[in-house]
Amino acid sequence: MQATGRLRGVLPGMIAKPQGNRSSDRLLYWLVVPVFIISILPILRLGFEGVMVGGVPSFDYFRDVLGSSSTWRATGNSLYTAGLGTIISILIGGSFAFLVALTDIRAKAALVFCFMIPMMIPPQITALSWVQLTGPSSALLNAIGMAPPMGSPQPLYSAEGIAMLLGIQHASIVFLTLRANLRMLPREQIEAARLAGARGGRLWWQIILPLTSPGLIAGTAMAFVTALGNFGIPAMLGIPAGYQTLPTLIYQKLAGFGPSVLGEVSVLAMLIGAIAICGVALHHRLLSKRDYRLMGMVGRPLDVKLGARRTLVETTLWAVLVGILVIPLLALFTTALVPAFGVKLTFANATFEAFREVMFVQPSTIRAFQNSFVLSVGAAIVLVLLCLPLAYVMVRRPSGVTKLINLLVEVPYALPGVVLAIACILLFIRIPLLDVSLYGTLGIIFIAYLARFLVIALRPVMNSFTQLDPALEEAAQACGAGLSRRLRDILLPLAAPSAAAGALLVFLTAFNELTVSALLWSAGNETLGVLIFNLDDSGDTVLASAVAVLVVLVVIALMSCFQLAARRLPKGVVPWQT
Amino acid sequence: MADINLSRITKCFGDYRAVNQVSLDIADGEFVALLGPSGCGKTTLLRLLAGFEEPDHGQISLGGQIMASPENGIMVSPEDRNLGIVFQSYALWPHMTVARNVGYPLEVRGLNRAEQDRKIAEALDIVALGPYADRSPSELSGGQRQRVALARCLVMEPRAVLLDEPLANLDVHLRETMQQAFLDFHRRTGATMIYVTHDQSEAMAMADRIAVMDKGHIRQMAAPETLYREPADLMVAGFVGAGAVLPVQDVSVGSNGACSVQLGDARIAARICPKLNESQTNVNVGLCLRPEDVWVTDDAPLRGQVEDCVYLGGRFRLSVRIGEGHSLPVYANRRARIGEQVGLKVSDGWVFDRMAGEAA
Repeated sequence: MQATGRLRGVLPGMIAKPQGNRSSDRLLYWLVVPVFIISILPILRLGFEGVMVGGVPSFDYFRDVLGSSSTWRATGNSLYTAGLGTIISILIGGSFAFLVALTDIRAKAALVFCFMIPMMIPPQITALSWVQLTGPSSALLNAIGMAPPMGSPQPLYSAEGIAMLLGIQHASIVFLTLRANLRMLPREQIEAARLAGARGGRLWWQIILPLTSPGLIAGTAMAFVTALGNFGIPAMLGIPAGYQTLPTLIYQKLAGFGPSVLGEVSVLAMLIGAIAICGVALHHRLLSKRDYRLMGMVGRPLDVKLGARRTLVETTLWAVLVGILVIPLLALFTTALVPAFGVKLTFANATFEAFREVMFVQPSTIRAFQNSFVLSVGAAIVLVLLCLPLAYVMVRRPSGVTKLINLLVEVPYALPGVVLAIACILLFIRIPLLDVSLYGTLGIIFIAYLARFLVIALRPVMNSFTQLDPALEEAAQACGAGLSRRLRDILLPLAAPSAAAGALLVFLTAFNELTVSALLWSAGNETLGVLIFNLDDSGDTVLASAVAVLVVLVVIALMSCFQLAARRLPKGVVPWQT
Repeated sequence: MADINLSRITKCFGDYRAVNQVSLDIADGEFVALLGPSGCGKTTLLRLLAGFEEPDHGQISLGGQIMASPENGIMVSPEDRNLGIVFQSYALWPHMTVARNVGYPLEVRGLNRAEQDRKIAEALDIVALGPYADRSPSELSGGQRQRVALARCLVMEPRAVLLDEPLANLDVHLRETMQQAFLDFHRRTGATMIYVTHDQSEAMAMADRIAVMDKGHIRQMAAPETLYREPADLMVAGFVGAGAVLPVQDVSVGSNGACSVQLGDARIAARICPKLNESQTNVNVGLCLRPEDVWVTDDAPLRGQVEDCVYLGGRFRLSVRIGEGHSLPVYANRRARIGEQVGLKVSDGWVFDRMAGEAA
């Protein structure tokens, strides 16, 4: 092992060499086909619009779009808000992950549980609740008499306001990826460093941080790409301030219509895709230099003693949670209780009428719950089943094809949901060869979800395969276990925590998803996101808030079920379970 | 169980030839050690045998069946070779109990539950881990984990057991115990065993034959005592056992492999390598001396200066400098002062071509 280990460092080609030419291995490459169809073909179809003007190949759209100053202003704004937002995500999510995973703070399960919740609130609801929280017409501030005077500026209508909410929204992504990584950290490596005399900052900076850098880099890349494609927050906060990012620019172009809309949107989509690919390429470049497979047994988790500072740390963490979770939710809840939007909430006029209305009067609410549930659970299951073997191929049998796939799966996620939706409509409005149309069915939303969330499920699994000692698999191989057997008996259980974390991320993101389904829904096929958006759009902010509160309650209830079932599940399947 | 034949195996990683034209025949039931410094290609050779790597050239066969032959497009995958392997990192699956780890090969082969349980119990008994069946691997010590890995090989009744530096992570005492465990295992099962190590004492203690590897080649393959007494070249002489190789002149060859050489002021009777022909006897000839064959006596013509003296328990090991820059390890019964002049009597030595193998 020593010799090979050393050689691996010296000869980068060694791991990349495919092992053998076995037929079972070749079968793995067929996985590339569904990935290609669901995540790359629609994008290619849209790209086709961008290079064809009136049926002839032309770069006119490129010239128009790239020559326009608003394009570059929006690009700069997108980079600024996504970049700053990512830094905020790293600060919040990173410190939560480190403190929860490595120290002896109390009530970890509760902390983690609460920390997951901000991610489940759809971005436009987050934005809505923060605007209601801080603005002059805030139901909460009005109720306690602390609202700023009418006409005073809304502080969140700014680049920094957008970045802050993006940061809060995506902190859980950094947290989950990093924590999956920290779980794999054998405590011996940290103890060795402490014996070597490293303490305090040095221990964090020189040992723990480098060892967890694969998770940190992966989480950063995901948070950045997610922030880049986020539509809800810049739409709610940026448009009133005249501040455009690439997704809102695309939205406004689409709203404008005209013959050249699809072509211009296609070029803008390529631009945002290119930025996302640059980010991901950088992420892979950084990761490729770090073959930190952690050898040996993962023993008991580390418990750094915080001593006297423990109470302070705990108080700070809970205070942050109150700030990013409790107060906005309270704002949302108070909005759902007022009889009409803008009315000052008092004990006398508080009413549950909005809840009664959405639950029992309007049939669309229950239907939307069902649709979103089926779509998000289905997407989570299908994606995890696809991602386990796919991640295996990408990590253990890398080739030119897998490297390309690695970059391309990122694109449907990085693109604003509206763009992916248009791409899906263009491709599936009439499926070639089969001559069926998926448009107007749940099927098209489902395929779009698979395309969009593939990368969310894929990254954590890839991350854990990268860290797995290859000897574990080779030992099974020597025992006579074929590929599918090894996947099932050895790799799957060992990757289960990260796969479950991935599935949960997919489920939670898909459950509240709006931007993709906004263009793909049809009567009877509306999702929760669409329902909330439509209600809010038609001025029923109170009803929208009521549905949003219900959504949050349902998700919290589902998470609680997982929490209760955790003891019966294999260790580590429920990602927030310590 | 089966014999193993490797014929002209070459494996390259990029431009680097990790294994270069290696041929090796291992008899059924033999215990062979692959010995060499790190990076010599011994682990790659083991992985080629196991099927984790595919050779670029040559042929590997097991019990007469071809396992890998790129020229004929044959590559049997590791799972179909029925070879047991024990890794340095143990490679126990943390999500399975000890019993399930051990029984996994049987599970894969679809044996019925009762049969599985019986064989697991048997294998755990052999490695003396019966009471640990229901533990998780993380609750075991290093030596116990390695024994679980061994038991896992045992249950599958493999054609051969491959061991990749299995003791490198264990402490010295445990190493001796485990060496004994491997030997007992070998005797009880009669399994063909191929053992990769960089520790020559480990290889000498256990193996029937040792293949010394360097830079992708096998430099010599022989029984441990032959390797020790009659090293084929300078690399083997230096890597295996204590001792020194000194340049000598004036070789006169006697009958039956005997010869005498001039070393300093002394004439020394030695054995000569049969490959060393008459014309070579005066260029690049080396004399390999082992400490057991050199005695400290006051009146010997060969003189030297004591450079170092270490107590080994029961005897001392001296390092004696003779001539220009050559030191010789010697055992002595009494402590010597550093810098003291002593006489050395040499009772045996091995004369060979110092440049042998260097061209390759």
